[in-house]
Amino acid sequence: MKKLTTMVVHLFLIVASVISLFPFVWMLMGMTNSSSEILKGKFSFGSMLMENIHKLLDMTSLGAAFWNSAIIAIIGTVGTLLLSSMAGYGFEIYHSKSKSRLFGLLMLSMMMPFAAVMIPLFRMFSGMGLLNTPTAVILPTITTAFMIFFFLQNTKSFPRELLQAGRVDGLSEWRLFTRIYMPTMKPTYAAAAIITFMNYWNSFLWPLIALQTQDKKTLPLVVSSLASSYNPDYGIIMVAIVITTLPSVLIFFLLQKQFVQGMLGSVK
Amino acid sequence: MERKWNKSSLMGWQFVALPSALILLFSFYPMFQSLLLSFQSGKGTVYHYVGIDNYIRLFSDPMFKQAVFNTLLYLIVQVPIMLLLGLVIAHLLNNPKLRFKGFYRTAIFLPCVTSLVSYAVLFKSIFAVDGILNKMLLSMHVIQEPIAWLMDPIWARVVIIAAITWRWTGYNMIFYLSAMQNIDPSIYEAASIDGASKTRQFFSITVPMLKPIILFTAIISTNGTLQLFDEVVNITKGGPGNATMTISQYIYNLSFVYTPNFGYAATVSYAIVVMVAVLALFQLKLGGEKR
Repeated sequence: MKKLTTMVVHLFLIVASVISLFPFVWMLMGMTNSSSEILKGKFSFGSMLMENIHKLLDMTSLGAAFWNSAIIAIIGTVGTLLLSSMAGYGFEIYHSKSKSRLFGLLMLSMMMPFAAVMIPLFRMFSGMGLLNTPTAVILPTITTAFMIFFFLQNTKSFPRELLQAGRVDGLSEWRLFTRIYMPTMKPTYAAAAIITFMNYWNSFLWPLIALQTQDKKTLPLVVSSLASSYNPDYGIIMVAIVITTLPSVLIFFLLQKQFVQGMLGSVK
Repeated sequence: MERKWNKSSLMGWQFVALPSALILLFSFYPMFQSLLLSFQSGKGTVYHYVGIDNYIRLFSDPMFKQAVFNTLLYLIVQVPIMLLLGLVIAHLLNNPKLRFKGFYRTAIFLPCVTSLVSYAVLFKSIFAVDGILNKMLLSMHVIQEPIAWLMDPIWARVVIIAAITWRWTGYNMIFYLSAMQNIDPSIYEAASIDGASKTRQFFSITVPMLKPIILFTAIISTNGTLQLFDEVVNITKGGPGNATMTISQYIYNLSFVYTPNFGYAATVSYAIVVMVAVLALFQLKLGGEKR
């Protein structure tokens, strides 16, 4: 009986794993097949890989898209980490009544649906003449209540004696933050960096609105526009999807622990 | 000492001022603008106040009703399936004696690393009429003829629900798994001695102990589902007809696809705001009472 239960459990988990992994296998296979083979459900590797890559590079400015995505994700991540950690640090270390009121107010923004702010944001950025720039994509989420909360929660376990020691050594408040807090909190920064990078790298709705010309588009926009064309070529789409997915998969396997920590956020 | 503390609490503002200002500027200010806009109508840059006309229009707008219906359908069907599945898988993986659990955990979590656009397009190709899924189902004799997944209103919704479940089950599982590891194993031992079956232990120990985290995942899933956009746009474009269109997509269409009507689009967006708020309160209340 016990053995049977174990077998059923394994069977269930194997089915779940196969379903979870199937699309990954499918995209790797698809990369090597022609569009019509993919749509006919050919489940084996083919010989179209180089041709698909060449066609993709001819049809789209993929290099530019990769660059655009990278710039947005890297600058956005650095900015978000700096600003959100400053706020999380400030709210926790220099706790005061007025600050905790402000913090409570900021937390409300987590419940604000993006659809409700996107039209005013669009008009705001168009008024500033910043539409169709990476700046427009980066700015609206450069500080999020979620990330501030994440840093605040993690700051709770930061040893404050270190700050006191630094003050004795005559460091300014700002230096305490950059010289003591930041190096001590490296694991927190790593987890936050992964999650923020992924959010920027994968974001779709706001870039779709904010970026209009072909040369400014990010990878998800390229994938989406290839797939929604009149006669989509799935062979090249698969190559584009693999290129889009690869950085995230690499980060996940290299930094699994921090990755999961970032996802879990402040819930512990 | 007291004095010094006050001084340092004043200094903290140099750290919180700029980030706070940015959130006020990019979240609160647009939120307020959106509210004003929801009482206006017009084209291009010329808008004038029309009172509650837009809100009246909501109730007689069949597209809006359809979008709300679809979004709520996803919410009611998909979220419970996903959370339960995540909970069950986490429970199975939490067994210390289980073999290969590292593999299972990684495999089931992996969908979370994909971008929403990429996986949506992958699903679109898998669910093609002559595609791989129909081929497999035909060869296993589950179906007699291919199903036109994306052309049929009901099947198209099923595909959307399946896709979201694929992407997010592992995400929720990770939350449950980390919470389960904080449950004292001696509770289970005591329950086993008292003769409680594994199933009984799951419902009488695991689920009640995880109530706060289940509540948390329910709220973020609800929030996410109410804002569903990327998947639907990239799998079905909202079709066939408008059978899979969500509220976010309708707002996008009203603003950027049809003749732009930012005023009415803002009104529709406030419908999401109200739904998010009401459902979060409802869930908090529900979670609080049962505890």
